[in-house]
Amino acid sequence: MERTERLLRGFELGLFFLVAVLMPFSLYCVFRVVPNEVTMGAVQRIFYFHVPSAWVAFLGFFVVFVSSILYLATRRLLWDVVAHSAAELGVLFCSIVLFTGPIWARPVWGTWWTWEARLTTTLVLEMVFVAYLVLRTQAENRTQAARLSAVVGIVGFLDVPIIYYSVQIWRGHHPIVFKSSGGQGLEPIMLKTFMLCMTTFTLFFLLLLAMRIRLGLLRESVSEIRQWETQSGA
Amino acid sequence: MKNLNYLFWAYTLIWIVLAGYLLSLSIRLKAISSQVRRLKSRLPGGDEG
Repeated sequence: MERTERLLRGFELGLFFLVAVLMPFSLYCVFRVVPNEVTMGAVQRIFYFHVPSAWVAFLGFFVVFVSSILYLATRRLLWDVVAHSAAELGVLFCSIVLFTGPIWARPVWGTWWTWEARLTTTLVLEMVFVAYLVLRTQAENRTQAARLSAVVGIVGFLDVPIIYYSVQIWRGHHPIVFKSSGGQGLEPIMLKTFMLCMTTFTLFFLLLLAMRIRLGLLRESVSEIRQWETQSGA
Repeated sequence: MKNLNYLFWAYTLIWIVLAGYLLSLSIRLKAISSQVRRLKSRLPGGDEG
């Protein structure tokens, strides 16, 4: 695990410098470069951070899904640490989505919240993963926490494709950013800025994930040493 | 600019959440790193890492 920690530290440093350059540049593009959207006005600029937050939240839950499967298959604690870390970040970014969405919706739809399909399924996803985090604190031991949360992580992720297709399935009025064919209706400069924000958020997510995994590994080291001390009567 | 206050609150909220999390992560990492160092120094063979 010490080798993994060293690797993570190097990875974090590289990502930190990249994010430190890209984040201010993204903000500059969002506020100074892209033009105002014609119908929504300034509030449309929320989209440049709202959508990337949703993307990294889903990415986080995908990491939980894969790591949970790997944990159940191998029983290696490393995969549980990865899943737990990604779940925490998924909840964090999903909270940003659920905060910024209503702020955008109020002036555009005239209401803070509506029980529209995509909003409702996103709220369900957030609640499932908050339950995932709470469940871990209530488990009787480390193995039980890992096993039960892995099951919740796998089942919880199934909501992500439902969210993605919810607008088409239930004909909701949430704007569709990605279409399977045809253009996205974005000006080229808006599209470039949007892609820049997506890249920045992905790198920022990876930085936070590396830091959070390192924290989890250090916690494992502490409990291993404590266990060893108890067993040896030190 | 129309609806500027909504834009302001959205970005303020994003930065409060992200900066708060980054700060809490850094504090937790610093605390646990020093705890690991302290515990390792107590082990036989001490500071060998």
